[in-house]
Amino acid sequence: MDPQFITPFIKSIQNVFSTMLHMPVTINQPAIKQGNSATYDVSGIIGMSGDVVGSVVLSFPKETASKLITAFCGMEFPVDSPDFADAVGELVNMVSGSAKGMFVDKDVSISCPSVVIGTGHQITSRSDTPCVTIPCTTSQGDLAIEIAIRESNAASKAA
Amino acid sequence: MKILLVDDSKTMRSIQKSVLTQLGYTEIEEACDGQDALSKVGAFEPDLMLVDWNMPNMDGITFVKHVRQTDKNTPIIMVTTESEKSRVIEAIKAGVNNYVVKPFTPESLSQRITETLTKKAA
Repeated sequence: MDPQFITPFIKSIQNVFSTMLHMPVTINQPAIKQGNSATYDVSGIIGMSGDVVGSVVLSFPKETASKLITAFCGMEFPVDSPDFADAVGELVNMVSGSAKGMFVDKDVSISCPSVVIGTGHQITSRSDTPCVTIPCTTSQGDLAIEIAIRESNAASKAA
Repeated sequence: MKILLVDDSKTMRSIQKSVLTQLGYTEIEEACDGQDALSKVGAFEPDLMLVDWNMPNMDGITFVKHVRQTDKNTPIIMVTTESEKSRVIEAIKAGVNNYVVKPFTPESLSQRITETLTKKAA
């Protein structure tokens, strides 16, 4: 995957967590993801379309997600509540929206977020697009950004 | 001062509502998308609207264009993750008065609200 698509997500998650949760994020070594199993139990998912296509997932263990959402919202929500899912969705929305703003000369739209909660769930991305996982560490636990995006065929031809 | 918050995320509406309450604004109505907002704007008659861009059913930019067909005056602040210059220009052309990019600090949102209302009052 083109590194120009990775760096914006690193900057974005650090900015979002610093601004909205007052929490630093340590970025660990990115790796190509193998298989379709979600890294953790809670996944916030956003689709990208336009000059860049694919999906972005923010993946958390339930316990970490619960602590992060409490920091984000200033109150605690049960993991199975609509408010919890809404907050996870807003976090992935901010991380993805902020990252795509850093893509150079790309017109990209993002979808409304979806949230999946459950042990061992699977997220299948396009077969022609490798998924890069960026492991992250916070004071409240680990999480991961999974990025499966590529330049669209139309954008490639135009370049 | 009546304020309409339009965002599909309840979390984001709560965060914005908290900032508005701290600024002393308590007459706040909420809408979960552009369609919902259009159904409320006539009866509520807001003095200020904070509007997200990406929402289901009707997005924020479409909502702003609808509003501006009949109301050129009520200040509208777009509060969105859309940070590209082209998006900001599109929003201004549609009739948005000010623009806040998510993520934001309470201070930056407060500042934009205050400057928008001050400009309107001048």
